[in-house]
Amino acid sequence: MNQAKTKQSDILLEVKELKKYYPVRGGFFRKKIGDVKAVDNISLELKKGETFGLVGESGCGKSTAGRTITRLFKPTGGKIIFDGQDITNLGGSQLRSIRQDIQMVFQDPYASLNPKMMVGSIVSEPLVNYGKGSERKLKAEVMDLLQKVGLPEDAYYKYPHEFSGGQRQRIGIARALALKPKLIVADEPVSALDVSVQSQVLNLLKSLQEEFDLTLLFIAHDLSVVKHMSDRIGVMYLGNLVEIAEADEMYLNPKHPYTKALISAIPQPDPRNKSERIILTGDVPSPQNPPTGCPFHPRCPEAMPECSAKKPQLEEVNEEHRVSCLLYQ
Amino acid sequence: MSNNDKLLEIKNLHTGFDIGGKTYYAVKDVSFDVNKKEVVCIVGESGCGKSVMSLSIMDLLPKHNGKIDKGQILFQGKDIVPLTTNEMNNIRGKDISMIFQEPMTALNPVLTIGFQMDEVLLNHTRISKEEVRKKSISLLKQVGISRAEQIVHEFPHQLSGGMRQRVMIAMAIACQPQLLIADEPTTALDVTVQAQILELIKQIQEEVGMAVMLITHDLGVVAEMADRVVVMYAGQVVEQSDVDRIFYDPKHPYTKALLGSIPRLEEKIEVLNTIKGIVPSLKNMPETGCRFADRCPEAMPECRTITPELGETEKGHAVRCILYDTSRPAEKAEVQS
Repeated sequence: MNQAKTKQSDILLEVKELKKYYPVRGGFFRKKIGDVKAVDNISLELKKGETFGLVGESGCGKSTAGRTITRLFKPTGGKIIFDGQDITNLGGSQLRSIRQDIQMVFQDPYASLNPKMMVGSIVSEPLVNYGKGSERKLKAEVMDLLQKVGLPEDAYYKYPHEFSGGQRQRIGIARALALKPKLIVADEPVSALDVSVQSQVLNLLKSLQEEFDLTLLFIAHDLSVVKHMSDRIGVMYLGNLVEIAEADEMYLNPKHPYTKALISAIPQPDPRNKSERIILTGDVPSPQNPPTGCPFHPRCPEAMPECSAKKPQLEEVNEEHRVSCLLYQ
Repeated sequence: MSNNDKLLEIKNLHTGFDIGGKTYYAVKDVSFDVNKKEVVCIVGESGCGKSVMSLSIMDLLPKHNGKIDKGQILFQGKDIVPLTTNEMNNIRGKDISMIFQEPMTALNPVLTIGFQMDEVLLNHTRISKEEVRKKSISLLKQVGISRAEQIVHEFPHQLSGGMRQRVMIAMAIACQPQLLIADEPTTALDVTVQAQILELIKQIQEEVGMAVMLITHDLGVVAEMADRVVVMYAGQVVEQSDVDRIFYDPKHPYTKALLGSIPRLEEKIEVLNTIKGIVPSLKNMPETGCRFADRCPEAMPECRTITPELGETEKGHAVRCILYDTSRPAEKAEVQS
């Protein structure tokens, strides 16, 4: 993974200038009156076997990005190339067959499991769906999966409400693993959990990733969690990727003023180390009406006059470290 | 520390809920103090009784089944448990005020911000309506809302989460309370906004000179804010000390495990510490023995038979664990006899 030049064949997923706009309707005939630019021109690539962390505050478009990449949403523009195949505009049976290889783990373990289904049926459903056999035939395989994610065997016959939040998230992970996918998109998989349970789930995801040779797109708002999990990190702000770097580099040597503020805003669990914080003023602007130029300039402590006029592009500062800020261009 | 410095003393508080004819204790035998002008953080996972404890102080428990069974809550030396609702109304919002986790649900959606701000002042002070409105606007400015004159005419849904929490704080400090109880005030907010709000609470605490009881599950917030820390587990205080000793010399296995389970930015570790299992629910609480025994990495057989008590290992540092002699009730009894 640490090879200097990545060969084309090492790349599992390539996202090029991906856009996802939601129309805003209003007026008499519910005409389209504008767009919410949830994801605006993001490009990234995931290497095989790596964990790519996508981090940002609420409303920055990270979840939309994740769901557009899995093709739960149809992109407004750009390209998604998965395993050498362009899946941007696939539909019907072709999309269905590609989805075997891309699975998702959702944030809310209470809402993402059907309360009326037994855990066994929930986990075997994807397999049944793709014609891997009947539920009865697959029982041994599902039992094996449940055991791999750390659930007791009798979980097979229980219902989701009988489990705690952490265990439900394990069920969600087992379901995502069932089809042996190549890519798992985990959208805030631990933000609904307590810290002690959160660490259980993070450890599980890490060990399963090695065992199943998974590529992971890990979406979260908590930078310490993302850094713990990821090989590389992308920071999103208002629908834009503002910085991509290797995880340690991102923490030790952040370039973008937003990344700097984000890192300094995290309260550190160390009372002897109260570093000076960069306190940002104001809130994240609405993506329906983003600021001109750099989307971060109204809150940026280092903003220059030209920041409101010119929109910066993601450019390399050094190998494996790209930043979108006029300070570096 | 002299007795006069104590603002709030909680003594052997037992808060229970009646479910199906039986009383289950969400808070069992909790004792701790909050001194004047001090920030005390209450930390623990969900279901540890942190919020029930704060609701007990404010007398905001659900009327139909929640009750304080035993114990005292002394505020400025006076027990506030037996007070009537009317008497409590004079204290709530004036001497003790509270901010909640979710600022959207804590504000009334159909009333303007100004109306809700004025209400607090009209209830607790004797100044005219015009004066009250001026005071409200200046309070909003104090919490960093620059458009205060317009905001008073707006409704909660027109504000962002961080702004709403600022309004809540402005309301809470309106009468210059002695004690501010903040129940997970930043959990629903983004980190950059959380940093703003924590900074604001700290700044106002210093300005007004009030004590803050901050309830949180985020150890980062604790390290940032606290003077003293109370660690709760399953309705009990398992450890309390000043913030430095909690982070650098934790005693209770639960505190240690909590500290070990958070990913830290500056370190690179492959496997995080975990605490096996989950907090036992109210109905499954072990009757005898340590409540943490089932999840404890250092549990011994006697942990399930001896119920540990909170005892000081050194001045200002108390632990509830039989690994530390002071908390063995049996030995204590021997000494006494």
